[in-house]
Amino acid sequence: MSAPILRAQGVAVHFGGVKALDGVDLSVDRGELRCLIGPNGAGKTTFFRCLTGVLKPTLGTIVFRDESIGGWERHEIARAGIGIKTQVPSLFDGLSVEENLWLSLRKVAEERRRQELILEVLDRIGIADLRKLILGRMAHGQRQLVELAMVVASSPELVLLDEPAAGMTDAEVERLARVILDLNSNHTVVVVEHDMQFIRMIANIVTVFHQGRVLVEDHVESILHDDRVRAVYLGKKNVE
Amino acid sequence: MNRPLMLVQIGLAMAVGLATMVLFPLVAPLYGVINATLYTSMAIFALSLALLWGFAGILCFGQSAFFGLGAYAYAIAAINFGDTTIACAFAILVPVLFAAALGYFLFYGRLSDVYLGVITLTVTLILFKLINSTGGDSWRIGKARIGGFNGIPDTPPLRVPFGGEILSPTQLFVFAIICLVVVYTFCKWLALTRFGRAIAAVRENEVRAELLGYNAKRLKLAIFCISAGLAGLAGLLFANTVFVSPTIFGLSMAAQVLIWVIVGGLGTFVGPVVASIVLQMVAVYFGKLGWIDPNIVLGALLIAFVVFVPSGLLPTATRIAGILKNRAGSRGRAGQALPGEVGERQVS
Amino acid sequence: MVLLQIASAIGNLALVCAGLAVIFGMMRVINLAHGEFIMLGGFAAVLSVHAGVNIWLAMLVVAPLTVAAVGLIVERLIMRRLYGRMVDTMLATWGVSLLLIGLTTTLFGNRVVGIAAPLGSFRIGGYSIGAYELVITLISIAIFVGGYLLLRWTPLGLVARATMQNREMAASLGIEPSRVYAVTFGIGAALSGLAGGLLAPLSGVVPTMGVAYVAKAFITVITGGASIIVGTATSSLLLGSISTLTTFLTTPVVGDVALLVSATIFLRLMPTGITGRIFRGAP
Ligand SMILES: Nc1ncnc2c1ncn2[C@@H]1O[C@H](COP(=O)(O)OP(=O)(O)OP(=O)(O)O)[C@@H](O)[C@H]1O
Ligand SMILES: [Mg+2]
Repeated sequence: MSAPILRAQGVAVHFGGVKALDGVDLSVDRGELRCLIGPNGAGKTTFFRCLTGVLKPTLGTIVFRDESIGGWERHEIARAGIGIKTQVPSLFDGLSVEENLWLSLRKVAEERRRQELILEVLDRIGIADLRKLILGRMAHGQRQLVELAMVVASSPELVLLDEPAAGMTDAEVERLARVILDLNSNHTVVVVEHDMQFIRMIANIVTVFHQGRVLVEDHVESILHDDRVRAVYLGKKNVE
Repeated sequence: MNRPLMLVQIGLAMAVGLATMVLFPLVAPLYGVINATLYTSMAIFALSLALLWGFAGILCFGQSAFFGLGAYAYAIAAINFGDTTIACAFAILVPVLFAAALGYFLFYGRLSDVYLGVITLTVTLILFKLINSTGGDSWRIGKARIGGFNGIPDTPPLRVPFGGEILSPTQLFVFAIICLVVVYTFCKWLALTRFGRAIAAVRENEVRAELLGYNAKRLKLAIFCISAGLAGLAGLLFANTVFVSPTIFGLSMAAQVLIWVIVGGLGTFVGPVVASIVLQMVAVYFGKLGWIDPNIVLGALLIAFVVFVPSGLLPTATRIAGILKNRAGSRGRAGQALPGEVGERQVS
Repeated sequence: MVLLQIASAIGNLALVCAGLAVIFGMMRVINLAHGEFIMLGGFAAVLSVHAGVNIWLAMLVVAPLTVAAVGLIVERLIMRRLYGRMVDTMLATWGVSLLLIGLTTTLFGNRVVGIAAPLGSFRIGGYSIGAYELVITLISIAIFVGGYLLLRWTPLGLVARATMQNREMAASLGIEPSRVYAVTFGIGAALSGLAGGLLAPLSGVVPTMGVAYVAKAFITVITGGASIIVGTATSSLLLGSISTLTTFLTTPVVGDVALLVSATIFLRLMPTGITGRIFRGAP
């Protein structure tokens, strides 16, 4: 729990005139569970997009395990060990839950092992009974869970979760918290969330994004009482 | 996923193929057999696009480029080498290499899918123009005269490998049917391999597939080349039944194959094969009538299918059958999946 | 003199592209029947001249109006059901293209009909060039300048640009998209018809002539990029010059091939087209 697994330095993304990210410096240690928060439009999703290679940063460097992944292709980054659950579930809509999971087990060579893992993960997330359903016909909450299951199954070294609790019931949120803590026992996890209740359940260190930069970084309790953070949120809207 | 069903389908295809190749030559006149060989080559052509468009979701308007290249490569190589076995290899390799070059350009250039259709169509038309302008003695590759719009009438017919006999029309027909069954089986098998499922993943959601570590561009390039090779094989059979001329790069060739696939149904392999055979018969029928231009029929069919039956005949039929069965059986099991609904592609 | 020839080639290319650019730029519909719209314009002009109509009237009025009518029918019966399904619109317009080829072949036979070009030719030094070809170039310049001014400065142009940029927004402002689309398709068809009418004296008219235009027009419009007028004009300029120069050095076939190949290379270098890169935001 010492060397940083991920180090971003001065990462900036400009869309024409809009500076979605304006020099983000962030470092995550191996084995950490980090939460990112920030008002809407702060740049959290954009930052994740840079980490996964969906966007190329305008400026700055991203180092993952001693390698600069700035110019890498998406699949190269994925193979290097970064997996993501995106904010809007992005799945294989024409295929079944089972097939979606099968595809996320690319690393597992043996077919029987894949089948075992599929059942195991679905069980863990609590959606084993949805196994045969076609994704395109499922509700948003269920789709969220399937995407989570895919990340868990593919077992990347660094797991990125973009608003995993959105649209979930309280019971589901609690289950989710347990899954994430469990996942964290052998993976590094970075979670973007708005739900403070939920963050309290899982977080230790929280990084606050604001207007494309890191505003503060501290323990949860200190963050909750930080005046700057309050000002940022109250300026926009109240925190639930 | 559904291995037993696939085995049944393949078995059925083999049985039908075997029956056709044994029985048909017994009852049909010689020209009928030759015509049937032509239809079979077109069915393979249809399969090549069914694999690329129906299964991999890559809409290529210029599939006839690969078909034509295969035919020309066969004719030119056969004239030059005398041996038709080497020529067969050329008929498949030339389109594959061409597809590799073109595909590299298309897929690695991050062009949007829509442009892919237009560019492949353009490529076919370029080939059409180029080859059309190669009349006269100065245009030759080795011993073969390309012959401009007259084509290459003296294409050597296929022989048994290593200097054997020339295949008789009936033998050629049998060979074509075997090719068709093998290609069909190959497509079905491919869909079930890891490679095939990765292709399906890219079709459904390219970005997601990449975020899981699949190399989408390389997968698309690979299926593009495979499909080109199959089209080349179809071209090879074509060159043995009808002589090669630039019309095989023409617009109506490119349109026909697209129509067969869409009428037969996207995502199925049997559908396009059946559609290609039936529609060719229909075209010949209208051709014989004489007073109606075949383009009218093709055009009307294409419009009608896109507007009214966009998923094609086979999936639509399956869906209707599914609905009827559901009605007859357990009523109102909520949320139960109907086979063949939008977004789902079964491969039959 | 060579410059005049190049100018005339560019003018022709731009003219052939105009109708397609309007339909593609406004509606994102790839109209594969574009070539056949041009062909119909040609037939309309030729037939009405044979019927005794004044040639200018036939080319500039009869041809565009006839094709606009055909375009509106196609839009009403087919395209309207397919908006938003880009691939399907492409397939359907390909069907329309085949249908039109078939129908005209049945009606008029598969042979070239033509009319004599009006105006003579004039000479500069040892060369001669048809005055009519220069007129075509001027007309296509007029179309593009007119189109630019229309889009840039008139209320109608504002509506059009708004719809191009954001359908839902335009709809919520009370602009009825289906009306805009019908009008756009009609205007696009009319422009194709005009191109067909004007080119008829030069190239002759035959049912299968459309094929030659559609690929060329397409690739030019796509190379132009998002801004339909400035983009199409610049890419016509570029590709027209390339193909004419190649034609001078070799043969017309190679010239055509050079156009298509160089466009493909441009697209490889700039996937969003010239105006995706350079003249962003111009109409
Ligand atoms: N493709 C794009 N083009 C232009 N601007 C963009 C694009 N994507 C994001 N932005 C802008 O970048 C800023 C950051 O967006 P981002 O989605 O990263 O915010 P976020 O922190 O994830 O917000 P939320 O909590 O709402 O998900 C926003 O102002 C957004 O409008
Ligand atoms: Mg976000």
